[in-house]
Amino acid sequence: MVLRKFCIRNGQSWHLNQVPLYESEIFRNEVLEECRSGSRIVNLFGTLEESGDVRMSAMTSKDDDARISLFSVKISKDSPVFKSLTPELPEVQGFEREIAEQFAVTFEGHPWFKPLRYHQNYRKVPDLWPGIQEKPIPGSYSFYRFNGEEVHEVGVGPVHAGIIEPGHFRFQCHGEEILHLEIQLGYQHRGIEKMMEEGPMERAVLLAESIAGDTVIGHVMAYCNLIESLSGCVIFPRAEALRAVALELERLSNHIGDLGALGTDIGFLPTAAYFGRLRGEFLNMLMELSGNRYGRSFCRPGGVFFDLDPKMNDDFRGRLSVAKKELKELTDLFFSKPSVLARLEGVGIVSEQTAKELGLVGPAARACGLSRDVRTDHASGIYRFRHLPVSLASMGDVFARAQIRWLEAQRSLDFLLELLDQVPKGELCTNVPSLKSDQMALAMVEGWRGEIAHVAMTDTQSKIIRYKIKDPSFHNWGGLAMAARGAQISDFPLCNKSFNLSYAGHDL
Amino acid sequence: MAQKILAIISLWLHLTFILVSSPFLLGVIGKTKAFFAGKWGPPLFQPYYDIAKLLRKGCVYSTTTTWIFRAAPMIALAAVLVSGFLVPMGGFNAPAQFWGDVILFVYLFALARFFIILAALDTGSSFEGIGASREATFSCLSEVALFLNFTALALISKNLSITGLVGGGVSLPWQIIGPALTLVVISFFLILLCENSRIPVDDPATHLELTMIHEVMVLDHSGVDLAYILYGGAVKLFVLGSFLMAILIPFKTQNIFMDTGIFCSGMTGLAVAIGVIESVMARLRLNRVPYFLISAVIFAVFALIITLVRGGH
Repeated sequence: MVLRKFCIRNGQSWHLNQVPLYESEIFRNEVLEECRSGSRIVNLFGTLEESGDVRMSAMTSKDDDARISLFSVKISKDSPVFKSLTPELPEVQGFEREIAEQFAVTFEGHPWFKPLRYHQNYRKVPDLWPGIQEKPIPGSYSFYRFNGEEVHEVGVGPVHAGIIEPGHFRFQCHGEEILHLEIQLGYQHRGIEKMMEEGPMERAVLLAESIAGDTVIGHVMAYCNLIESLSGCVIFPRAEALRAVALELERLSNHIGDLGALGTDIGFLPTAAYFGRLRGEFLNMLMELSGNRYGRSFCRPGGVFFDLDPKMNDDFRGRLSVAKKELKELTDLFFSKPSVLARLEGVGIVSEQTAKELGLVGPAARACGLSRDVRTDHASGIYRFRHLPVSLASMGDVFARAQIRWLEAQRSLDFLLELLDQVPKGELCTNVPSLKSDQMALAMVEGWRGEIAHVAMTDTQSKIIRYKIKDPSFHNWGGLAMAARGAQISDFPLCNKSFNLSYAGHDL
Repeated sequence: MAQKILAIISLWLHLTFILVSSPFLLGVIGKTKAFFAGKWGPPLFQPYYDIAKLLRKGCVYSTTTTWIFRAAPMIALAAVLVSGFLVPMGGFNAPAQFWGDVILFVYLFALARFFIILAALDTGSSFEGIGASREATFSCLSEVALFLNFTALALISKNLSITGLVGGGVSLPWQIIGPALTLVVISFFLILLCENSRIPVDDPATHLELTMIHEVMVLDHSGVDLAYILYGGAVKLFVLGSFLMAILIPFKTQNIFMDTGIFCSGMTGLAVAIGVIESVMARLRLNRVPYFLISAVIFAVFALIITLVRGGH
């Protein structure tokens, strides 16, 4: 068998035949070799073949030269066992557990082999963790434990005091110090991937908007890009520009909302409320653009539904300029208070090495000095023509993550002001031809939390037979667990807020 | 006989005054914070509504708790109310005073805290255990500071009752021993912030269990019990605040209404000051709180040294 590397780009589609299939040992070596040479895992997922075998595909990205390589391997239905990659490549641990749960494939040598979302497998064979979906989760889950008289265990959730999503955090503490944190999610598993495959396309787009409630634009853009590339549809430049406007507004509202929430968590009132108001400003703009504060029903395959008329454009530019000024005043106040800095600096540190090993993405990775940004590395849409500088910090602490939010908000504002000045003219929406048969496509979007990657496959009847969603939270929850290690337990909520990950995005 | 009746009347007056006025301070703090946050905030009398609402509600008890859990809120409220009898408030003299009641004063607070901590441990919840351990650690330090302050005041006034410490009928000699008194006031203010779980030590507004100190200990209390605890907290702030006022207001007009008026505006000013502090600074990291309390101890030690050098009056 001749080894050939199959390289793809963001937003591209390719015929299923083109996907190289390797022997399992070669697959392992290829993926490991690729990652040793500076690539990272974008996606690792299984698909059920007609024969009943499981085909596992890995996508690795070499960000420096915008190259994504695709590898695949067949796992036989008779002996569904694969030698785990996790010991050599920790960033795939979640992906392997996901595949194990979805297809009842055992990963030999996986050091943390536990279920993720507590559902039955897709192969309709006995589950690896039989009956776990019936019992209450925290009670029947094998949490990692420390022994010792002075070690105490604290369990938080799944019901929390704030208005947040359900998730269980199990701390092993020595006094106030966290020795270990295990994050156990899966309470919000809705089976979105399956629903995306089964339902009609009109419903699928609504589902894509509901993957994570705060990343409506990010996920729906990934979905639209994917459908467009599977059908060979090219959208109008104006639609591309307006999608970017919505995406950046979403980023701004979330980044600024998070800065406000950090203020609330450390009890610093003045900025907490004002950041909240500023966030409302961006949500209002999205509302005026799309009719919904979170931008629902704005992007659709083929383009966007609503136009930005010249009057609204002028109005937006005026308000964004004001917001830019206000943001500067607010962040100056927030980041210059010694009492604020004392709370943020040196708390919840994730080293660059750890971030790399865990495959962090988005602001959490950039706060550790990893230059990973889909808008720059794998630009698509309007981002191919208008570059956004990547914001980087190096400390990897709560302060760095807050600072990244601030820098990115500034850059998004500049980007928007520039873009709104010269929005391409033209139509909004084009017809989407029917999907091509036997195709596979990848769409990546830099949502406000980081890299969103959707992959879809069509069969000979052009029906979508596999839809794989990866929310940035899927990578980053591990980062939070590492940030908390060695920190004070009273600082954990602050660390958590600085990541602000999605439970629904992880649980799908 | 007439004296006895007078004493009983003054006792009731004092009690009513404390009970009626204490939640008002919380309302003022809330309004001040709202002002700094650019909001209207809850009404000034919200703490009264909250307590009234909770008093009408039933309690929910976990099956793991014992009588301690039920008794603690009552004991805590009663203890801080009794401590209020020892402190003069504006025109009202302290209805009870005796040689050495300082010790009783401090240990009434300790008693309230002790039972709240026991009740927290009684629930068997890991959160409440964390809260109890934090409260116990920090109160160790604040108690030291409190006693050092009392020692300094006792040396200044040559007296060992709460009323006597703050000069009794006459005012404290600010013109002679002003620097020491200033340090005492600063130190006592820091203790007051800690004892009443205010920022920068604790954040009464947070919803994050893992960061709380006082709030997390009372998570399991509900209904009337919670009302007692809230009320107890308000009274504690009021009593400690009135002690601070007694030091700070160095004169008496001998007119009950005038004195009470001055006292009330002083207390409102104190609440505003607490509100301003909560608004302009972030909370300390939990492992820095001991440093904050040690600074209270240091201020008190310096007050003591100055007093020893300058001598009492």
